Amino acid sequence: MISGVSISRVWAIAVKEVRHLRRDRLTGGMIAGIPVVMTILFGYAINNDVRGLSAGVVDEANTSASRQLIAATRASQVVDRLSAADSPWELEQLLANNEISIGIHIPADFERRLALGQRPLAQLLVDDSDPIILGAARGLVNLSVAGFQPTESLTTFELLPMFNPERRSAVFIVPGLCGVILTLTMVLFTSIAIVKERERGNLELLITTPVTSLELMVGKIAPYIVIGYIQVTLILLLGVWLFDLPLRGSMVELYLAVGFFVPSVLTLGLIISTIATTQFQAFQLTFVTFLPQLLLSGFMFPFEGMPKAVQYFAEIFPLTHFLRIVRGIVIRDAHLAALTDELWPLLLFFVTGMIFATLRFSKRLD
Amino acid sequence: MTGNLAISATNLTRKFGNILAVDHLNLEIPEACIFGFLGPNGCGKSTTIRMLCGLLTATEGEATVLGIDVARHPEVLKRRIGYMTQRFSLYDDLTALENLRFMGDIYRLDRQTRDDRIALLLERFELEALSNQLAGTMSGGQRQRLALMAVTLHEPDLLFLDEPTSAVDPESRRQFWEFLFDMVDTGTTILVTTHFMDEAERCHGLAILDKGALAASGSPRQMKESLPITVIEIESGHSRAVRDLLLLNSKVVDVAQIGTLLHALVDPGEAEPIRHLQRLLRQSGIKTEMKVVVPNLEDVFVMATHGLMPA
Repeated sequence: MISGVSISRVWAIAVKEVRHLRRDRLTGGMIAGIPVVMTILFGYAINNDVRGLSAGVVDEANTSASRQLIAATRASQVVDRLSAADSPWELEQLLANNEISIGIHIPADFERRLALGQRPLAQLLVDDSDPIILGAARGLVNLSVAGFQPTESLTTFELLPMFNPERRSAVFIVPGLCGVILTLTMVLFTSIAIVKERERGNLELLITTPVTSLELMVGKIAPYIVIGYIQVTLILLLGVWLFDLPLRGSMVELYLAVGFFVPSVLTLGLIISTIATTQFQAFQLTFVTFLPQLLLSGFMFPFEGMPKAVQYFAEIFPLTHFLRIVRGIVIRDAHLAALTDELWPLLLFFVTGMIFATLRFSKRLD
Repeated sequence: MTGNLAISATNLTRKFGNILAVDHLNLEIPEACIFGFLGPNGCGKSTTIRMLCGLLTATEGEATVLGIDVARHPEVLKRRIGYMTQRFSLYDDLTALENLRFMGDIYRLDRQTRDDRIALLLERFELEALSNQLAGTMSGGQRQRLALMAVTLHEPDLLFLDEPTSAVDPESRRQFWEFLFDMVDTGTTILVTTHFMDEAERCHGLAILDKGALAASGSPRQMKESLPITVIEIESGHSRAVRDLLLLNSKVVDVAQIGTLLHALVDPGEAEPIRHLQRLLRQSGIKTEMKVVVPNLEDVFVMATHGLMPA
């Protein structure tokens, strides 16, 4: 029945709604800003065709043919930065510590293999904690070299996926999900923290008391650090129970890293809370900061596939660094000591964010 | 003797864009009294309080509160004042007790002092039975008492109350004022804004604000006695018609209806005011009873907001 619907009332509500939007400048800006910025950013940035991976090379044959193979690999543009290593064991270490994505091992009997044409000529050790890197490496397998014709059954490279040979998606996805879920929940919790008090009128009382901005900020985020730990634990337990996730590295080190990551994302929420004036605005800003993190951090698309400028931009996000840490520790059995390059950006984000939020939060109403 | 002044402000001014919210306000409020700001909504009462608390920066002028320069040391001042906002500003989803403990901790009272004072205040404000009830589910009067407790826990020397009784029934209002007088007895200074005449009447000192400026000030009694006007009470069966007729005359400043009675403010230059008014009504044939009465505070308020008070 539509007899109860008055067009003029619907119109009145619609007009009022448009007025709300026009008065709310932030929301108005987002109407155009979100599609334009995001389409341009993600359209240029996201690229499944990975090039320029860093690789380590162990050339035990060291003949002109082996050097040709290396040159051909580089010519494919899949790998770009090549660094020499001493042993296959060292390649594994470099892979575990995320210093290279692909290891090329050319064995000492390379020339004999080339002459006999019965076994693959060399090995590709692949960091398959990112399936797209594995896909890119697969493109190298049938590289043709002078004097050797790769076939379906006999390939140039033998592919060695290092960490997830069964290629189970959960192994790759679940550790990253820890970071993604925490980024969403932690920012949501704290982004409305101060806005809520302002909207409800609590803030006017609070700023008349001797409480300092820093006390308020730290007190606001402190409980959520504990909540962050509870969430990480839940996700990992579910990962182990439901998806048989192997927890290869040290859990103590992982929990230590969480202690860097959670405060930094909470700070992002606080910054939003000092910028937004309503809970609705805080929610929008949370979304606006979450989407780039989801898409550019390396969770959904390979970090190496993005243009350099975007990579530098994405280095700001706490999630980018935490993903490397959590995947490193959980999947590749990496040690936190080897991941300090990912820790200090988190600390820097936390400290800068805290200073910004504290300075931005004024104990005045004007 | 500035030593005995709780608040002194000179040329205190605040603009919001082009709007002049507070206009060169001069105030001298002595210690240990209840001082009232009386004025219509939007007259600058709340803005003045916020400037005196250090929440808003004055566009011009300066204020010294409890001997502290507000512009320079707002944080020092905040330890010694309590500010009860117009809107209930405690946490709806915390119980009365949780709210009070929170405020006690914010002011860094040690646990023993905090709990002792809370117990004492809960008893005095008759909220013991409700101490575990959520603030959001309390009645207007209960919330108001809770809010007052919360801002007095740290025993401030100066209390700002912004329309504390606007959402409260008359009985609770009466009780509330008893608490205020108790506090003044112990040396606390209270600055309260109101638009209730009966509350204004209770204040030791009063400032009537109009469009951000001081329209009149003094004790309620002083103000009534010095009112340069004659007040005539008129009883008639046709109040509205009488009012309309009287307002046409230039000697009649204002006519307010109070129930079936009319209060006419007449130029004191008129030697025989009653006869003058009756002459005005003669043609209409309406029967009236008139007598000269002592002005009340509402008369003062009307005069002040018409700009008719002697400076």
